[in-house]
Amino acid sequence: MLIIPCPHCGARDYTEFRYGGDASRPRPAHGTGTVNEWHDYVFVFDNPKGIHREYWQHVQGCRQWLVVERNTATNELSRAQLAREATRT
Amino acid sequence: MSGASHRLPTGGRVQRGETIEFEFEGRRLAGLRGDTLASALLANGVTLVGRSFKYHRPRGFLAAGVEEPNALMTLGNGARTTPNVQATVTELRSGLIARCQNAWPSVNFDLKAVLGGFAPLLGAGFYYKTFMGPRRGSWMFYEPFIRRAAGLGRAQHKSDPDRYETRHAHADVLVIGAGPAGLAAAAAAASGGAHVVLVEQDFVPGGSLLGTPATSAHEKWRLKLVAAAQAQPTLELLLRTTALGVYDGNMVALLERHDHASCDASRGEAREVVVTLRTRSIIYATGALEQPLLFGDNDRPGVMLASAARTYLNRYAVAAGRRAVVATNNDSAWHTALDLAAAGIPVTLLDQRTTADAALREGAAKAGINIHWQARPLRALGGKAVTGVLAALESGGREQRFDCDLLCMSGGWMPAAHLTTHTGRKLIHSVGIDAFMPAGLDAGHFMAGAVSGHFALSAALIEAVTAGAAAAAWAGRPAASLPPTHLPVPDQACGFEPAGAPPLRAGSKAFVDFQNDVTLNDLIAAHDEGYESVEHLKRYTTLGMGTDQGKTSNINAIRQMNLLRSTSAAETTTFRPPYVPVSVGALVGRAIGRHFRPIRRSPLHDWHVANGGVLIEAGPWLRAWYYRWAGNSAAEAYRQEMRVVRTAVGVADVSSLGKIDIQGPDAAEFLNRIYVNGFAALAPGKARYGVMLNDDASVLDDGTTACLAPHRYFMTTTTAQAGEVMSWLEFLLQTAWTDLAVQVVSVTDQWVGMSLAGPKARVALELALPGIDCSDASVPYMSVRELEYEGMPLRLLRLSFSGELAYELYVPADHGVALWERLLARAAPLGIKPYGLEALASLRIEKGHVAGLELDHRNTLDDLGLGKMASRDKPYIGRELRGRPELQAPERWSLVGLECLEAAQRLRGGAILFADGEPQVGHGRGYITSVTWSTELDKYIALGLYQGGLKHVGETVNCAYPLKNESVRARLVSPLFIDKEGARLRV
Ligand SMILES: [Zn+2]
Repeated sequence: MLIIPCPHCGARDYTEFRYGGDASRPRPAHGTGTVNEWHDYVFVFDNPKGIHREYWQHVQGCRQWLVVERNTATNELSRAQLAREATRT
Repeated sequence: MSGASHRLPTGGRVQRGETIEFEFEGRRLAGLRGDTLASALLANGVTLVGRSFKYHRPRGFLAAGVEEPNALMTLGNGARTTPNVQATVTELRSGLIARCQNAWPSVNFDLKAVLGGFAPLLGAGFYYKTFMGPRRGSWMFYEPFIRRAAGLGRAQHKSDPDRYETRHAHADVLVIGAGPAGLAAAAAAASGGAHVVLVEQDFVPGGSLLGTPATSAHEKWRLKLVAAAQAQPTLELLLRTTALGVYDGNMVALLERHDHASCDASRGEAREVVVTLRTRSIIYATGALEQPLLFGDNDRPGVMLASAARTYLNRYAVAAGRRAVVATNNDSAWHTALDLAAAGIPVTLLDQRTTADAALREGAAKAGINIHWQARPLRALGGKAVTGVLAALESGGREQRFDCDLLCMSGGWMPAAHLTTHTGRKLIHSVGIDAFMPAGLDAGHFMAGAVSGHFALSAALIEAVTAGAAAAAWAGRPAASLPPTHLPVPDQACGFEPAGAPPLRAGSKAFVDFQNDVTLNDLIAAHDEGYESVEHLKRYTTLGMGTDQGKTSNINAIRQMNLLRSTSAAETTTFRPPYVPVSVGALVGRAIGRHFRPIRRSPLHDWHVANGGVLIEAGPWLRAWYYRWAGNSAAEAYRQEMRVVRTAVGVADVSSLGKIDIQGPDAAEFLNRIYVNGFAALAPGKARYGVMLNDDASVLDDGTTACLAPHRYFMTTTTAQAGEVMSWLEFLLQTAWTDLAVQVVSVTDQWVGMSLAGPKARVALELALPGIDCSDASVPYMSVRELEYEGMPLRLLRLSFSGELAYELYVPADHGVALWERLLARAAPLGIKPYGLEALASLRIEKGHVAGLELDHRNTLDDLGLGKMASRDKPYIGRELRGRPELQAPERWSLVGLECLEAAQRLRGGAILFADGEPQVGHGRGYITSVTWSTELDKYIALGLYQGGLKHVGETVNCAYPLKNESVRARLVSPLFIDKEGARLRV
């Protein structure tokens, strides 16, 4: 039901994408981080009502990973950026 | 054949010149063009059309539209059998075959209704207590009985020969419902050029206006509204189209039915089409549904909603009875009384109120209608047909019996607000109509007419034009000219008084939910047992959980429960898509058979098919399972193919392996991060087996990566994880490691892969590719050569999955068949044969290589005996969480080999492992993942996971397979069954 505005390809149906999880927290740098930090990164997620930053990959399009801001209460998408260039508002 | 017993000589909106023949319960009957199956049956005097779900009570038509709970029929025959179709929405067509359901041997004489002792068993809470209670096992006992006794129509097992389609569409404004409000709103919305889609589930537009006399001013107005809508060039009117559900992003699922035009599947004509419509704005003009009154035996055939009787009379020119009683708590049913009287039918009107709209009263007096105030029905009389009604008059001061064969009832109206709640919006209780209406709508959604509680035509028209203009503006195409909002016809009177609690008579059932046979007594029982909230009530009594989703029962149940609880709490229930039942065929569309999902084929596919390859599905791939040269069954052939590989040489198609081209200055660093073992020092010309973990330290995949040149690598993944690994690499490079200069691209489809294995593999290669130095010195174990052979780019890897001397050869897809045939032809003197997936998988079990069945994203590196591969000198993905104590526990289930100890028995994948002597109950200590007959060891061997793993080597276990009542003894051994030193690899 979602339409995701891919920065490369334009507005596309969500069925062209795969969901990639929470994009709100940075991944610990490679080779660093304690077990607890990795545990929290891998297993512990907030479940916010409202804006949620999350990854989507345009698997049936340009293959780019996007950071999408989606309102979990309304499913409205307020922003979609290439993950490489993603910035916070 | 307008001479049907109950067809009036004039009137109606049916085509009297067009007779349509159909079959009902084996009888040949005739109706008219414009009839529904229901109106045609009523015209022929058929009033008994079904037996109820639980009690097998005789049932007739309650309604004339989509809310009908009783008249569910099975249409068609043979493979074109469709059960549970509402006769009230089925457009009559020539040759239609209809049968009643849930009655045996016939609807007229139903054995189960005769058998006593059945009804008490299925009282309120029966399902709940049986299936949710402490003795769930009772389901096992009752299930066959219930399935047979209580049920709707039966599906048949033949393949549906009809074609179904899916269509995608876009609109600026979607208007749902082409009644007066919808027609006016759509015309307004389209006036400025907005693309308006107006959908109507009926085959005639007009909604409630179709219930007015065909000679009335209302009919002229209806035609005018339709003409005005159709005059809009950007307005698309879709009849026979029902909005099933409203989803996020203004996506609406529509169901188009084409049954009326017997569709020819061979010409590509679809019987039903699900339309996925995306629209900028939505106008709900879905109208309202009349609700029944509650009184004893209110389900007798001939007891009908007042508006339905009026529709049968005025739209279809069918008198549903010859003597009528109309019972009501509101003004709307007076129109039914007036129209019945005008058709010459004697009418008695029972109104629970003390007065009604003045014009209606005047009209009724003129028509000679016998009016009783403060009067309400107590109990319907009769059995298979209503013969009268016992009523309480003068506020219960007096009881009187009225004879009738048609008992019309109206308990008020419930806005058809179902769709407005699909996106999560709630309904609120409106005191004025004692019913629920939308509390608010999503942005860009509008409503008009009865759905918003505006039952008067005048108010609906004003609201419709306003909504049309607003929806067009929202869509960015403002309306240019608005239709007039002055109502050109007499308005609908809307006086209403809540029905209150019905006077219950002992021994009679007052039905609240007709389809699921829930009575007022069931509500009282639910209340007594504490199941008061709507959601509990529904689950306890099954109220509202039939295919009609409680269209004529939810609101009455909530009203009665509130009375029982002495509360006015406006608790409502949740409506979910689909609004009406939808066939599985329509939902599936064309995604059936070979269109179910894409099939991936190797470039060698045609060769396999032409040369005795038997195919098997492996994920999306069709792969060669085994070849006929080796035997006529998989069980026979794979052993023969294994023998060829172990003794001579075989070649297998491994094109389905994932292949990823990795390039860039940081490619080595990248590989070094994703594999647990070291890749930083992998030199050009070398290949290495590697294992990747997920972040949580479960094994993601294994495979071989070859270094073709500095900064250029060729990765292979398992078939199953190819897509997953590709996405994962892209994720890492595009999110976390954007500083690495690496590009990855999938080349799975670009390269054919073949595995050449066996002690004679090198000789085979030399015969096939003369001139290439294939010596051990030139192509040592775990090396790669990038060659060009007679213009054909060739990647030659020396690695082994089978444990034999083996090579993997990769050539561009177009060269695959040529190389494959060349290998088979040139090495024919060596006895080379193709071998399939089954042998490939079996050879690796003998060698203890893990594959998809072991790599299930639950097992760790250590569980699979691969812990030693992990580098201690560098970080890799999953390293941190691999150290979790839970994952290092010594008693984790880990990889073992098993040898079958019983010659006459076999091991089976999925068998549960128990220690010798221990009772075989519960989940055991592990399970078998992969099994094969070992041609080297002459016995069944297996890989499996066992608690504590290799510490238990030498112990005997029992392999339980309860599905076949088997328990087979096996010995735990090392998973490396053959050539433990790896001598065969390095020759
Ligand atoms: Zn894209």
